[in-house]
Amino acid sequence: MIEILIWTVVALFAIGLYLSWTAGRLDRLHARIDAARAALDAQLLRRASVTQELATSGVLDPAASIVLYEAAHAARQAEEDQREVAESELSTALRAVFGEVAQVEAVKEFPGGEDAARELAAAVRRVPMARRFHNDAVRAARALRRHRTVRLFRLAGHAPFPLAFEMDDAPPVALADRPGS
Amino acid sequence: MKIGIVCPYSWDVPGGVQFHIRDLAEHLIRLGHDVSVLAPADDETPLPPYVVSAGRAVPVPYNGSVARLNFGFLSAARVRRWLNEGTFDVIHIHEPTSPSLGLLTCWAAQGPIVATFHTSNPRSRAMIAAYPILQPALEKISARIAVSEYARRTLVEHLGGDAVVIPNGVDVDFFAGAEPKAEWQGGTLGFIGRIDEPRKGLPVLMKALPAILAARPETRLLVAGRGDEEEAVASLPREMRPRVEFLGMVSDEDKARLLRSVDVYVAPNTGGESFGIILVEALSAGAPVLASDLDAFAQVLDQGAAGDLFANEDADALASAAIRLLGDPERRAGLRERGSAHVRRFDWTTVGADILGVYETVTEGAASVDTDERTGLRARFGLARD
Repeated sequence: MIEILIWTVVALFAIGLYLSWTAGRLDRLHARIDAARAALDAQLLRRASVTQELATSGVLDPAASIVLYEAAHAARQAEEDQREVAESELSTALRAVFGEVAQVEAVKEFPGGEDAARELAAAVRRVPMARRFHNDAVRAARALRRHRTVRLFRLAGHAPFPLAFEMDDAPPVALADRPGS
Repeated sequence: MKIGIVCPYSWDVPGGVQFHIRDLAEHLIRLGHDVSVLAPADDETPLPPYVVSAGRAVPVPYNGSVARLNFGFLSAARVRRWLNEGTFDVIHIHEPTSPSLGLLTCWAAQGPIVATFHTSNPRSRAMIAAYPILQPALEKISARIAVSEYARRTLVEHLGGDAVVIPNGVDVDFFAGAEPKAEWQGGTLGFIGRIDEPRKGLPVLMKALPAILAARPETRLLVAGRGDEEEAVASLPREMRPRVEFLGMVSDEDKARLLRSVDVYVAPNTGGESFGIILVEALSAGAPVLASDLDAFAQVLDQGAAGDLFANEDADALASAAIRLLGDPERRAGLRERGSAHVRRFDWTTVGADILGVYETVTEGAASVDTDERTGLRARFGLARD
């Protein structure tokens, strides 16, 4: 009798340990998503600001300036549920303006243009990176949260179900002459 | 930035991953970063100042060959000490899925972790079995880098998730500025790689050689690399054997000079390549490249725009492509020119900037790397106060 009791206690303890370990894993993943999301936000903001700076600096023709300014402004002001669309539209606008190498060269010829072009190139390169890292974390957390044990014992607590950030982030060809993405 | 890099393979054994880490570390140090590399190494091996030894690697059979790996209690302790002493802003682990230092570090560390996946092995049974063990460790990686689109695809298939593609880097100017050697010029084909490793494809080239020599008898084949030379030419008719010259293991300088000198560089690899750094080196040196149409090679060669491709393992296709190239100086000049322009994206200045971009993306707003102190039992049940 006492033996059965001991074994039950041991088994319950082991289960508890496993559950707590899994909860710790999930917690770490949620923290990773938060950090990745913050990084993605920072990169998106950086891209929008550099674009806006370029648009208002007068180095581009008026039509291109207005297109870029509009898109960058919309991306910065977008509500959370409109954000993915607005950021995708900024990508489209950037691709439309910087589709040709000549346009980038023209920007570089202005005083300070070299720096602006470099900053924009870095920004359009880093947005896809940050987005991939974010969505990778989201995928890992979702995989774990779909697990039976996690659902049964509600190990995720009140944390919202993580959502991937889906947008068109293809950089303009003239700014990202690199293989892959 | 304080950067810790983890190398999974023995520092004293030459290999692609090791060279990549050495060049990356030196590039980052030149840019003024504080870099420390943790690598398995024998105690006697002289190490560069930035390398910290994690002890001797033990040869064990793994994944079809004998790999030299680090694992066990002592290695784990050394990893922890390195992490504690380094106080890194970011750590960069290479090959985190191989059961060696990379995996140990993943297990022991927390904070911004970047990982590069070099190989694109087909999914092995061990990987499937180890998946539940690997997953919790791999979950800690904040950013994954794949060395090619092909490596990324296999990574997504095997482990799920996503990765950014950053190719391996090459010091383009080192190869572009090498002095050609007269005795290696004039109708020469070049091959660099292990002679006795069938996947490097020398047997395919040997099968194609009689046809090439029949069409262009003045052709010479220069082979640089380790292995049994007698055995390599055994399949060749005796009178053709003098047309093959073995150079043995060559230094980096001689490799660059060889690539500068040859008329065509041939890469007949039959598989197991996830990137193809040798092609990038050949392109850097301005050598016209003829390579098998492996996924990874096709990508490096821009789907055939920066170098010619032939059907993998097809000796006849290799022979006819080589004959065409050797007889067409204009085509070779075109390839040289396009290759030299194309290869700039693999230069360390570009690749290094991308890798630093990844570091900056993951460290933004994150705490620095620390050892992962397992949560105590009391804390787990909400009893500890912090």
